[in-house]
Amino acid sequence: MADAAFTQGAETADRGRLWVVLYLATTGLVLLLMMLAGLWMRLAQSGWLDTDPALFYQLMTVHGTGMVGIAALGGAAVLWHFLSAHIRLHAWVMGANFWLFLIGVVAILAADFPGRFGGAWTFLYPLPASSQGVWPVWAAALHLGGLLVIGVGFLIWCLELARGIIATYGGLGRGLGWHVLFGGSTKDVPPPTVVAATMVAIVTILALIAGATVLVMSLINLAFPSVELNPLLAKNLIYFFGHTFINATIYMGVIAVYELLPRITGRPWKTTKVFLAGWTLSTTMVLIIFPHHLLMDFAMPVWAMAIGQVFSYVNSFPVLVVTGLGALAILHRSGIRWDIVSTLLLISVFGWMAGVIPAVIDATVAVNSVMHNTLWVPGHFHFYLLLGLLPMIFAFMIHLVRVEDVTPRGGDLAAILYLLFGLSFVTMFLVGGWASVPRRWAVHLPEWQIWDQIAVIAAAGVITLTTVFVAMFLARTPAMLAKG
Amino acid sequence: MSIQTVSALLSLVAILLLAAVFLRVRSLAHEGREYAPVQGNAYRIRNIGFWILVLVGLPITIWLFRETPYTAQAAAPQVINATGYQWYWDLDRDEVAAGTPVEFHVTSADVNHGFGIYDADGTLVAQTQAMPGYVNRLTHVFDAPGTYQILCLEYCGLVHHNMIAEILVTEGSTDG
Repeated sequence: MADAAFTQGAETADRGRLWVVLYLATTGLVLLLMMLAGLWMRLAQSGWLDTDPALFYQLMTVHGTGMVGIAALGGAAVLWHFLSAHIRLHAWVMGANFWLFLIGVVAILAADFPGRFGGAWTFLYPLPASSQGVWPVWAAALHLGGLLVIGVGFLIWCLELARGIIATYGGLGRGLGWHVLFGGSTKDVPPPTVVAATMVAIVTILALIAGATVLVMSLINLAFPSVELNPLLAKNLIYFFGHTFINATIYMGVIAVYELLPRITGRPWKTTKVFLAGWTLSTTMVLIIFPHHLLMDFAMPVWAMAIGQVFSYVNSFPVLVVTGLGALAILHRSGIRWDIVSTLLLISVFGWMAGVIPAVIDATVAVNSVMHNTLWVPGHFHFYLLLGLLPMIFAFMIHLVRVEDVTPRGGDLAAILYLLFGLSFVTMFLVGGWASVPRRWAVHLPEWQIWDQIAVIAAAGVITLTTVFVAMFLARTPAMLAKG
Repeated sequence: MSIQTVSALLSLVAILLLAAVFLRVRSLAHEGREYAPVQGNAYRIRNIGFWILVLVGLPITIWLFRETPYTAQAAAPQVINATGYQWYWDLDRDEVAAGTPVEFHVTSADVNHGFGIYDADGTLVAQTQAMPGYVNRLTHVFDAPGTYQILCLEYCGLVHHNMIAEILVTEGSTDG
């Protein structure tokens, strides 16, 4: 079985390093802005900052859309950097995706602020076309068009991943290691990074096609209102796209764990059959479990709901017993000294595993009946994005500006404080869900506001620590680039 | 104990157990040991964990699916036709009796809404989506009399947070 490259101090050959740095810098800056938008929303809900509901919903739309976008941008930087060591990729694709991303962002910002569009990231049909005069049709079209442009950029990017994997390994099945898993071959065993990248390419391409389809359908409806869509079909396409795409960002980010923990500990992360089975299972499950977002749409077929519940549970297996336990085994009694990078990676695995727990519970129909669209939902996804994906990206940022030298240095207090503030923040969402507080409400009842006020304080801490991580990256980037 | 409380406690216990494992790994990481025996132990734990997830968790989640709101039907329910509009609820009746099933026929005249039923304590007791072109049938038995609120649980635009209606649940029987 193949070992991950774990030479201490070795730099990864990366033909798109400048783009990776630009992706990360953009991720850091946009992330901070989106976090400030999130803080503003929690301040409004807490009663501490009087905010026009129209502005709240505009901020909510920008926050949700922007966070999904930068999760993908940051995850893409991680994936590209490490995959470049295994597969020859064309760096211009990173550039094309970046410029399309920026064009899309400008369009969305113009639509959401001057245009006052506030249709949420979900843009559920027919809300974009039916705002009761709150926003004009052009703003809705510009927002959806911006999303489409960003989606096209990521589709090109994913197609390049798929091309590179096929060219190097002979097919996407071989990228997932099926010749090893099912054929018993010991040749051309794909390293964990390639396996994860193959999964990301497959699921994201399918997600983006679904997303583009519903976006084009919605744009046609905006232009020609007499052309109506089936709202349930539109909802299925939107959640298939959204669920799969945001999950794929975590599968991009986890490559930092697969690559960095072996380098830090000197212990290899092997591509075993269990590992391959886990990733094949994840590939399948991520694509089919999206109906757990539609459990309260009783018009859906019951079999789809059964898949949404039962397979959401099954989907937790690879996270818990393959990646989670694998990371713990590599770290256990490894003789390392904790520093900010290794602690962030440890936090990221914890955040991902722990976030799965309230997610699986909510995917149970009996629970979903009284938890769906309460604050429990942002509670669980903030858990594995704030404490799972983001620490992966922060760890990678700091690793990169240390010129990929994994020798431990400095303390890890900032990482621990980030964990504590992050835990407090997501716990307030979960407590809100327990208390039946609806999500996406601009105004909260007084009895809910104590949880919002604690969340505001925790969010301020999270933003402060995020600023520290991003500043560490940006401040050292010129020196890192100067070294080539 | 409400479903919300059971869910929160389950999550809390599971996350605390997980945190304990992580804290132990973190505290022992400075000890340098050979990887092979550590890995062997991890594989054993992984196998045990996997089979617990399959043999215990999987039957539980399948068993839990036996009770869903999708096929619930009552013999002689009290019926409320509910239609969501931006931004109010239109209910063809707003008074029902406790102890007798109520069947809500929920739809929307414009965009997606969420029909969430809250009891007098502000606890969500049942919900379904209100979608244009579809009628979702939600059956619920109100155990206790009182004033219940309908809150919108699907983002529907500017006044989403103020889309609230009330249902009075009385003691004794009311014509269905």
